[in-house]
This record gives sequence, structure tokens and C-alpha cells, in this order.
Amino acid sequence: MQATTTTKDYKQQLAKLQPLIALFVLCAIISLLSDKFLTVTNVWNVMRQISVNICISTGMTLVVLMAGIDLSVGSILALGGAITAGLLKNGVEFSSFNLYMGFTILGACLAGILVGSVLGWFNGWTITRFKVPPFVATLAMLTIARGLTMLWTKGFPITGLERNFSYLGTGWFLGIPLPVWISGVVVIAAILVTNKTKIGRYIYAIGGNENAARLSGININRVKIAVYTIAGALAAVGGLIVTSRLDAAQPNAGVGYELDSIAAVVIGGTSLSGGRGTILGTVLGAVIIGVLNNGLVLLNVSPFWQQVVKGLVILAAVIIDKANNKGE
Amino acid sequence: MLIADNISKSFSGVTALDKVCLELHAGKVNAIIGENGAGKSTLMKILSGVYTDYEGQIIFKGEPVRFKNTKDAQAKGIAIIHQELNLVPHLSVTENIFLGSEITTPFGLLDKKAMRQKTQELLTRLKLDVSPDAMVADLKVGQQQVVEIAKALLYNAEAIIMDEPTSAIGDKEVKVLFDIITGLKDEGKVIVYISHKLDELFTIADRYSVLRDGKFIESGEMKGIGHDGLIQKMVGREIILAQKNGQKAAAGELLAVSELSLLKEGSKDTKLLKDVSFNLHRGEVLGIFGLMGAGRTELLETIFGLHANEATGSISINRKKHQFSSPADAIKAGIALVPEDRKKDGLVLGLNVKQNISITTLHNLQTGGMLDDGKEASLAGKYIGDLRIKTSSQKQLVKNLSGGNQQKIVLAKWLATKPSVLMLDEPTRGIDIHAKTEIYKLIMQLADGGMGIIVVSSEMPEILAIADRILVMCEGCITAELSTDEATEDKILSEAIPKTNH
Repeated sequence: MQATTTTKDYKQQLAKLQPLIALFVLCAIISLLSDKFLTVTNVWNVMRQISVNICISTGMTLVVLMAGIDLSVGSILALGGAITAGLLKNGVEFSSFNLYMGFTILGACLAGILVGSVLGWFNGWTITRFKVPPFVATLAMLTIARGLTMLWTKGFPITGLERNFSYLGTGWFLGIPLPVWISGVVVIAAILVTNKTKIGRYIYAIGGNENAARLSGININRVKIAVYTIAGALAAVGGLIVTSRLDAAQPNAGVGYELDSIAAVVIGGTSLSGGRGTILGTVLGAVIIGVLNNGLVLLNVSPFWQQVVKGLVILAAVIIDKANNKGE
Repeated sequence: MLIADNISKSFSGVTALDKVCLELHAGKVNAIIGENGAGKSTLMKILSGVYTDYEGQIIFKGEPVRFKNTKDAQAKGIAIIHQELNLVPHLSVTENIFLGSEITTPFGLLDKKAMRQKTQELLTRLKLDVSPDAMVADLKVGQQQVVEIAKALLYNAEAIIMDEPTSAIGDKEVKVLFDIITGLKDEGKVIVYISHKLDELFTIADRYSVLRDGKFIESGEMKGIGHDGLIQKMVGREIILAQKNGQKAAAGELLAVSELSLLKEGSKDTKLLKDVSFNLHRGEVLGIFGLMGAGRTELLETIFGLHANEATGSISINRKKHQFSSPADAIKAGIALVPEDRKKDGLVLGLNVKQNISITTLHNLQTGGMLDDGKEASLAGKYIGDLRIKTSSQKQLVKNLSGGNQQKIVLAKWLATKPSVLMLDEPTRGIDIHAKTEIYKLIMQLADGGMGIIVVSSEMPEILAIADRILVMCEGCITAELSTDEATEDKILSEAIPKTNH
């Protein structure tokens, strides 16, 4: 009895380490094939790129833990970035009052995040109030937010932003790129929320068994709305980083980001049926995808093949995860 | 003739059927009767190929048979019509009848004409006046049932098992159904008929077979037995359980429910509860007995605030009226509900013991906005000790525990809320006798401590052993209130069985 428990524990520990081992192997292979991979410049570059996906995927993890899904993060990212860029550059003019409102960098950033939060809240509201399946509600938001972005930008990139704003995406602090700091803070906050707070526990309970959670007196709708709001806000934060790095808000920024994000969550071992998974797993998943993207570019693999490879990796990750959890 | 020969079946150690021998005659309506949990459904599922893992054998038309699945059973001539109908609502009558055995043309396309024609024949034979093209969703429940029968006839079923066929249909439709059954009987088919409605059996059945606690008791001709005789055979058993500490004096009203009614969701006139009124005193164990579908679970759920939009009536606690719009409200007012299905509604199986126990009281287990691990662990530790929950650690996932220990965890999470009213829905279903006794003892202790307890159960000995007062429910109404002195199994059962008006 004792022996079987320990082997089982051991197996479970090993299963947890699998993504880490996969990452390690991936890095080893790429660095063998390309001497550019393990250079300081490239490593920071990769981490800077990954940080956007980490922000989005942190929110996505919370959503998926509740057995939901958020397809709108890419579009919300674009709108959040565009709002911030537009406000920074043009401010708001109320011509009828002859009033002009300029925005500081902080104000514009907060406005962008606020808009992301509101759209996220709207997702949660339609899902809870009208029982729209999350897939459909956020699919609708995917096109709504994209459309709003086009309207706000009139279809053209917003460029020529204040120089200090670019610090957000390209600057350094204590020898580490600023986007890495931002995503680090987001990740630590999310780890605290999932492990150490009431709402975090409720997220796992709702994803694990929504009926039991409801009967335990948990206000399920409130938790769901809060989580979708957070996911929207974090997508907008990703939008700020992207916009700042490019020094421009592209109306078609973030197209397809929801897929990379879901891939990171899934590779990280979070179950799409909810109730099981960790933020740290998602971070690993995002790093794996980031390294893979970077490695394939360094190895001059055709972009078409890159997509095929990425898809196969996602499949493999899910199949392995299923096999690990078979006995449960 | 269909014979069950020495059939036994157990579910993870719990015996559901114990060497059952049963003869079902051709050209007769064979009624199978017994209380909830007597093993009727299990036996029917074995006869119709739903369960394939059992001991003993089935003999059909003189030969031993062993079905691989329901389809196999169907092909060999045994069809079952479940209480919940197995039809696809948005397909037509024809499409439903031929689902899985479509007739095709030599080109591999559906031969709609042939199927439609055959369907029409079957419908005519069963005197069902609907078009073969009608959508099943548009038919009445009674008509849908006839479609199921037509499906059985398509396979030339020689034995047709009907599980509670009249539970969802009106008197007029029952008559139509009985005409069909009589017709099939005259064709020499074996009809197996399961129903709680005894009056109905005296109309339609020729023979009866009684099951009790998974054992076959006896068979006989319906002609030779009366209403009371049947009831006696269904309940006649002796189980000695923990005896309560004598009659308690009523000690102040705790909960009063008055004229509680509940509409079926999405329906305007189907009532699941009809003007239910009762009260509960401090320190009292109130037992509620009812057969399946009597509205027992709905009653508890409604009190718990789960059907706020469909319910009318009032609930008072300590003479103060409350309007619960959610379980959270009910919990705040001091009510707790241990649900019937602990895996579906009681536990988050993927979380551990500690996390399941603390889920209802996390707001008390925080320090500076963060969950306090120490407080949580000591809460869980207290209940693991108090209720003697057997687990390797607080971090064990609850899905790895036995049914009895799982049930104790559900109890623990509710006791943690310090309720004044504890409602338990089938608190000992599927758990072993030892854990059962422990739970009974706990219920008595809690009542002695002043808690008001409602126990809903379909196990009569359980109710008789632990309740101070017994309410009997039938079809959404309370049909009797009995003190422990006057309550007998016969009396309870006769109040719980629906009375049909013919």
C-alpha cells in the first residue's frame, strides 16, 4: 500500500515536471543547431516577446480553470493598445464645449486597461446573465472588439507616439526588460490569487463542479464576471506592451493571439474542462511556444512549416497530458 | 418465456441483486414490484443488455443467452422502454423508429418511402393517430411512449420491458397505453411492467413478482392477492438500527414552511410541489418519506433557495420571514443542505479533503485578504477528528475516498457553517452499514444539541429509526403526518403510493 502510494506520488511529480523537461530538451536541440540561440541578446529578445503572451495567457488560465474560454483576447489587446495610443496622440476633443482633454502616459494606459476590463466584463455579463456559452459570447466579442478598433483607428495605424511611452515595451529596469517585469508582476499576482485567495479557490471549485460550488453558497456569476473582467484587463495590458514596442497601434494587432494563448494554457497542463491547472504551468507553456517560434526562425524553417510544427506540439502536449491523467 | 436464473450483481461491493430467480410468462403482463432500491431497475437493465457484467444466466425461449449490449438484446427480441424516453426530439417519428437500423436503397441512400410506409403500418397497428413525418418534440409524452413501443415492435421484440410507463402521462393516455399492452399480450408477447402505482397493477397485470433488498421474495397471480397483501410483501423485513433516545418534547418552532408551491421550470401549470406546509422544532429530527418523483428533493432545494423564480409560499426561521433567492441567502439564515448526489452536487472531486471542507466558510479563514493555511488546516483537522473521516492526509483528493468518508466530508463542510437547520437528502445512500450507523449517531447528537434536522429518505427503516416525526409525500403534496408511535411501514407506504382515479 505504502509502496504504491509513493510510486504514484513519484509519477505525479514526474508528470508535473514534463513540460519543464520538454522545454529543456527543446532548448538543448535548438542551441546545438544554432549558435545564435543562447546569446544574451536573443534570450532577452525571446523573453520580451513571450511576456505579451504570458499576460494574456494568465487571464486565459483563470478563465479555462472555470471551464470557460476567451476567444476575444486578441481583439481586446488591439483595442486596448489603440485606445491608449489614440488618447496619447490626440487626446479627446469635445468640440461642442470647446473642450480638449489631453492624456498623460499613465492616464492613457489606465484608459486602455479600463476599456479592456469593460469588454471583459461584458463577456462575463452575457455569459452569466443570458447563459450564452463562453465560446459563442467571446467569439462575438472577438469581432465586436476588432470592429471597434477599426472604428477608433479608422483602419490606419496610430504612430508617432510620445517617446517616453516606448520605454514600456523597450526599456530596461535593473538589467531586465520592462515587459518581463510587467508579466512577472502579473504572474506573481495571479499565483497569489489562485493559491491564496477565496476567489482563487472558488475558480477551481466552479471549474471542478459548478453544481457543488453553487450549492456551497458561492456566487458563481460574480466570480465568473470578475474573471472575464480580469482576462479583458490583462489582454489590454498585453496591448500596451505591443503598442509601445512597435511605437504604433496597429488595427490588426493581436490577430490569432487567442490561439497562442490557449495553446500555452493547454501545454501548461490546464484541463479545458476546468478545475485543474496552474499559472506556473501556463508560463512554461508560453515559454515553450516562444522558444519554439524563435528556434524555428533561427533555423530558417519556412513560416508555413512553423505553423505545422506548432500545431503538432500542441497535439502532443494534450495527448501526453491525457495519458498522465488516465488513472484518475 | 423469459427466465432469470440465479442472477447476482453488485456495485463496488454493494450487493444490488442476490441470486434472483424469476419467471416471466409469455402472453401475460408480469408486474415487478418492490421499494426503491429493491433491485428492480438493476434486474431490468441486466435483462435488456444494459449491464453485461453479472453472475447467473438469462434463459429466453428455452435457451441461455448473454447479451453483449442493448442492441444485441434488441436483435434477440428483448426491448426496454425506459422511464426517460430515448428519442431524438428534433427528428421525425419515422427517423426515430428507424434510428440505427435505417433501410437503404441499393445505392446506399436512405429509402425514405419504405421506412415511412413501415412506420405508418406500426402506427396504425398501435392506433396512434400522428403523421410518420411529425417531429417527436411536437408529440405529447404519451404519444412519444407509443413511438418507443413502435420502435420495439420494429425489432419484433418478443419481450417488452416497461419501466414506470405511466409516471408522466395522464389518465386518458394511460387507458390508450393499457389497450396497446392488452393487444401485445394477446399476441403472446412477454410484457414486464414496473410501476409504483399499485392500483394500476390490479387493472393491467396478470402476475406479480416481488423483489426486496435485492432478493426475490415471491411470485403469484394478481387475482389471488389484495392491495395490503402486496404492500406487506414489499416491506416485510426487519432491520434493527440505532434507536433514538425516546420521544422529545417539542422545544420551540425553528422553521416554518407555509404553502410552498413549485412550478416545473418552463411550465405554467405543472406543479412539482403543491401547497406544502410544515414546521420543524429545535432538536427535532423530521423524517420525510416519499417514492421517487414525490417531490422530496425539490422541497429541500426550494427551501434552500435553488428555485427562487419558480417557487411561491413562505419560509420563516425563528418566526422571521425569509425570501431566499440563492443558496448563499439560505446559508446566511442558518440552513444547510446535504444533497442527494454527493458526487454531482456535494463535492468538488478534484479538490482535496481540506479544500472541500473549507469551501463554505472561506470568508472566516482569511488573514489580511489572503487565505490562512493554518486556520484552514485546523478547521479541516477538527472535522476529520470529530467525524472520524478516514483519509491519509488533508491533502488527499476526495475522489480517492470511500462513499462513507465522502459523505462525512459533505457533512463536515455544512457543519462548519454552524447551521440551525440541517437538511439531509438520502444521507446514507450507497454507503456501508458501519458508516451508516455513524451518521445516524451524528444526527442524534446534533439534534440533542438543539439543531433542527430534516432527513429525506426512501429507506423506510432509516426513517422509522431516526425520525421523531414523519411526513409522507406523494406527487408534490404532503399526504400524511405521523408520529413515531403511529407510523408503521405499511401505513407510510400506503400514503406514499399515488392513488389513480379509476
